[in-house]
Amino acid sequence: MSAVLEVTDIKKNFGGISAVGGVSFDVREGEILGLIGPNGCGKSTLFNCILGQLTPSGGEVKLDGKVVTGLRPAELNKLGVSRTFQLLQVFPKLSVRENLILAGQEHQGSMASRLVGRSDAGLTEAANQMIGFFKLDHLADEPAGGLSYGQQKLLDAAMAFMGGPRLVLLDEPAGGVNPSMLTDLKERLVAINREKNATFVVIEHNMEFVMSLCSRVMVMAEGKVLAMGRPDEVRKDPAVIEAYLGH
Amino acid sequence: MSAFAKPLKIALGLIVIAALIVIPMNFNRYGLFILSQWAVMAIAAMGLNLTLGYAGQVSLAQGAFVGIGAYAAAMMTTHGWPLPAAIVVAIALSFAVGWVLGYPALRVQHHYLAFVTLAFSTLAFLVFRNESWLTGGIYGISNIPRPHIFGIPTSKPLPFYYVCLGSLAIVSLAVWWLIRSPWGRAFMALRENPLRAQSLGVDTRRYTLMAFAIGSALGGVAGALYAPLTQYIDPVPFNLSLSLDLLMMVIVGGAGFFLGPFLGAMIAVLLPEWLRFTEGYYLMLYAIAVMGLLIWSPTGILGILDRYLAERRTKAASTLRAVAKSRLETVQ
Repeated sequence: MSAVLEVTDIKKNFGGISAVGGVSFDVREGEILGLIGPNGCGKSTLFNCILGQLTPSGGEVKLDGKVVTGLRPAELNKLGVSRTFQLLQVFPKLSVRENLILAGQEHQGSMASRLVGRSDAGLTEAANQMIGFFKLDHLADEPAGGLSYGQQKLLDAAMAFMGGPRLVLLDEPAGGVNPSMLTDLKERLVAINREKNATFVVIEHNMEFVMSLCSRVMVMAEGKVLAMGRPDEVRKDPAVIEAYLGH
Repeated sequence: MSAFAKPLKIALGLIVIAALIVIPMNFNRYGLFILSQWAVMAIAAMGLNLTLGYAGQVSLAQGAFVGIGAYAAAMMTTHGWPLPAAIVVAIALSFAVGWVLGYPALRVQHHYLAFVTLAFSTLAFLVFRNESWLTGGIYGISNIPRPHIFGIPTSKPLPFYYVCLGSLAIVSLAVWWLIRSPWGRAFMALRENPLRAQSLGVDTRRYTLMAFAIGSALGGVAGALYAPLTQYIDPVPFNLSLSLDLLMMVIVGGAGFFLGPFLGAMIAVLLPEWLRFTEGYYLMLYAIAVMGLLIWSPTGILGILDRYLAERRTKAASTLRAVAKSRLETVQ
């Protein structure tokens, strides 16, 4: 199995404070990597550095062996890297279907072709499929802002998959989602992972969710990697227990 | 109900268009001037609606682009160029300047952006007034000819009104196409959530610049029609108050609604005329009407309609749910 994403010694300082202090890891093709750690340990900052939302203070990010450090988020997205956000990030006034069409439209043709081409960029069918897949059928024409929190989380995830990404970074997908919907979400993620061969990195605080979903788990504390391994190994690691539970 | 709504909308639209063509035939010179001004201002407001209403970029410079278009048209047509050529130049010039003005929007937003565009508006006014070698300074440019369209002279008020109305129709169709295209969706994404848009591959830089450039280009079109409409231009009509007027048209009509600029321009251009019978009080009444409207509905006139329709939909949906629920209960 080759590495889709290789992260080497990524650092990020905010003024004198080091949020991420030299993190290295790789993500293998087709795996689901969990990323856990206490609040403020630099997980989201690491995501933002990988995705070009922040410029890292040092280090290198490689996608399929090519250096992509410093590319803008939109450019990375077109290379097949997609994401979801910790806080809700949908387009509230657009309908659910329009949200999904938007999520896919920039992946085909040139900007000029999108001006003269079809108004839905030929994506209505794909959007409807995604709506069905995430069981949002009855809400397809509702403005996204009117959906419940959990439904918006599902939509947020669905949007990340519209462009047919190879690598998806999910930032707390389970946060605030009720247990029955959570089971749904996990099933969907596993299905996309298997069928579309998409690789995931998942930040999550819900341990049960992470441990049952991920093939490997990386633990961060204070901006550094504390442990990396199979869920059952990580769970027993004394350093991890100490970081979570304190002395 | 929705199957019925579409033909109704089309019929209503056709009636309005027919009325705009037929009724003004009996208007006097002044009435036609006011109506032509409405069409011209609606074009400029549509441009601003694109930049502000759809793409969410605040601009206090739309009046300056009307000025750029007007001066381009005035200079060219008084030197013997035909108006269509002048319109093309006005579009290209305002598009290019609008593109450049879009760059600050990549760094600053909201009221900071308003100040940047306000500064540009002042700058443009100073150029119109002080660079007399180019613009005629405070004396302006007079004897601006009206064009011959397909060999028909439009120097009389009625034919020129049709030129303005026809231009409005063409611009409306183009804008309608644009906002229904994926570009329109990307513009709205820019307004609603630029961070998320970026992560979905939307090139927010290019779309922001495009929103400014296209919106400004429509300001240029309006200006290129304004010059032959008044047949005389000087710097005064293109000062900051025109930008503010256009902003008001967009907000009052309903920012981000396709028909907003038509209504907004109607209120800004026609309402003061209708209130003229109150003599000294008309500006005061006009101001109070606008304030009242914005307190009642900050989303403008079309915002009221939108809310009403949304309420009706919710009611219909809850009735459906109630029916389904009662059926479920009878089954049990």
